[in-house]
Amino acid sequence: MTRLVVISAGLGVPSSTRLLADRLTEAVVRELGPVELEVVELRPLARPLADHLLTGFPGPELQAAQDAVAAADALVVVSPVFAASYSGLFKMFFDLLPRDVLIGTPVLLGATAGSARHSLVVDHAMRPLFSYLRALVVPTAVFAATDDFGSDADLSGRITRAARELAALLGRRPAVNRPRSVEDELADPTPFEELIRRAGG
Amino acid sequence: MQFGIFSVGDVTTDPTTGRTPTEHERIKAQVTIAKKAEDIGLDVVAVGQHHNPPFVASSPTTTMAWIAAQTERIILSTSTTLITTTDPVRIAEDYGTLQHLTDGRMDLMLGRGNTGPVYPWFGKDIREGVNLALENYALLRRLWTEDVVDWEGRFRTPLQGFTATPRPLDGVAPFVWHGSIRTPEIAEQAAYYGDGFFHNHIFWPASHTQQMVAFYRKRFEHYGHGTADQAVVGLGGQFFIRRNSQDAVREFRPYFDNAPVYGHGPSLEDFTQQTPLTVGSPQELVERTLGFRDYVGDYQRQLFLVDHAGLPLKTVLEQLDLLGEVLPDLRAGFAEGRPAHVPDAPTHAARVAATPAGAPVETAERVPA
Repeated sequence: MTRLVVISAGLGVPSSTRLLADRLTEAVVRELGPVELEVVELRPLARPLADHLLTGFPGPELQAAQDAVAAADALVVVSPVFAASYSGLFKMFFDLLPRDVLIGTPVLLGATAGSARHSLVVDHAMRPLFSYLRALVVPTAVFAATDDFGSDADLSGRITRAARELAALLGRRPAVNRPRSVEDELADPTPFEELIRRAGG
Repeated sequence: MQFGIFSVGDVTTDPTTGRTPTEHERIKAQVTIAKKAEDIGLDVVAVGQHHNPPFVASSPTTTMAWIAAQTERIILSTSTTLITTTDPVRIAEDYGTLQHLTDGRMDLMLGRGNTGPVYPWFGKDIREGVNLALENYALLRRLWTEDVVDWEGRFRTPLQGFTATPRPLDGVAPFVWHGSIRTPEIAEQAAYYGDGFFHNHIFWPASHTQQMVAFYRKRFEHYGHGTADQAVVGLGGQFFIRRNSQDAVREFRPYFDNAPVYGHGPSLEDFTQQTPLTVGSPQELVERTLGFRDYVGDYQRQLFLVDHAGLPLKTVLEQLDLLGEVLPDLRAGFAEGRPAHVPDAPTHAARVAATPAGAPVETAERVPA
């Protein structure tokens, strides 16, 4: 079963960011059928993230969230817009993810803000971040202003289109070569003779 | 089993007084601390190597030689010697000389370093860190085991007909530990050569230590040096103790809260739970330390970090006095149930005795110090 992990950086209760994340998730499930779903709310991880930034290692709650993301077949990630970009909390989570774990992972982007004037944040801020992480970002990123939750029928259309794109990516996942992680190396070591051969380049 | 202390040689402001020691004071303090370590019965003192402020430890063999000249028994080691940015020829010569001066009372621990710009300052590329450690050490070994070396590699100018002098004391090269927190390739290197593996075992969860040591032990056996439980393992550790547990917590908290590396982050309580740090009574230290065996097996060397975070020299010396009082309990505890086939920590004398007949041995007579 597809492992879908949803990351929401919303801070309020209720949160329009979480609301958008939920609508995106429902749409993805409509396309894919039943999935193994895990929702990661970043708000409770705010202090563990700050601790990790300072200590260099994740506490148990953050470790669990990172493990879930690393093992995901696809991600839905949604941030509120702060100061013309994703929130600092959202960025911290991705700053502290172990290297390379998102390479080749399909990702659906979403963002929320008070007005439509922030709509380019998904493409001008979020997309480059996930390009850097070498994730496979679906072409349609979904931005929702507060007004959209009231009247805009087009929001549902964009959500469905993005979900279909994510499903298509999952159906035809390209072969990708992720660099070996510490866990790979511990489980199946590269023999020393090979290491020293490579060192000699 | 050997016990000792290790330090990185940092200059840190005492957060309770606002006073920053001078470099001169810190360098002299390292010597005072090392002499105290010998007085209380410790076996090892290890100094760091850094090439940037706030560290003063840029020249480990100089400090080690000065300490060795003023002590009788304690083994000098490093935490760590930078194998990535130090020319292996200079390591062979500096530590080779130190081995003779100390009559073999030394060894060294290799590490890759923790400050990015040190690589470019020494003309190296940090992205080649692991490869530098592998190639440089391969050369260092040859310089110590072969009298005449022809060599060509990627990272230093070739050598033709080169002899590193002095030749190792008694024909036995200094013992080498390889230190790494989270790089399996370094544990693999230690296992391949049958060298020691050291996990710093401070500031990070013990689960990392457990994983890396288990990996090293398995690969040590794979390469035919003995059974996994005969691999040579060293661990770090960190403590602050007072006779009364509450006094230790109260006194250490401002140092903890402002410490380099982990300060301004998690609470002291969380950190002592998540990492091997012990803040409490001497008896609590003994219990926690004996518990390290539960996840790494019987091991050979335990080094503690006591001298950091701006703790004044007087406090560090008091820490060592308290450690000295429980050292017999630590020794007795670790001896209990230790299987006979688990080797002792390496010493020069034991390694000379174990050298097979016919191996090259220096013939000149030595007068013991």
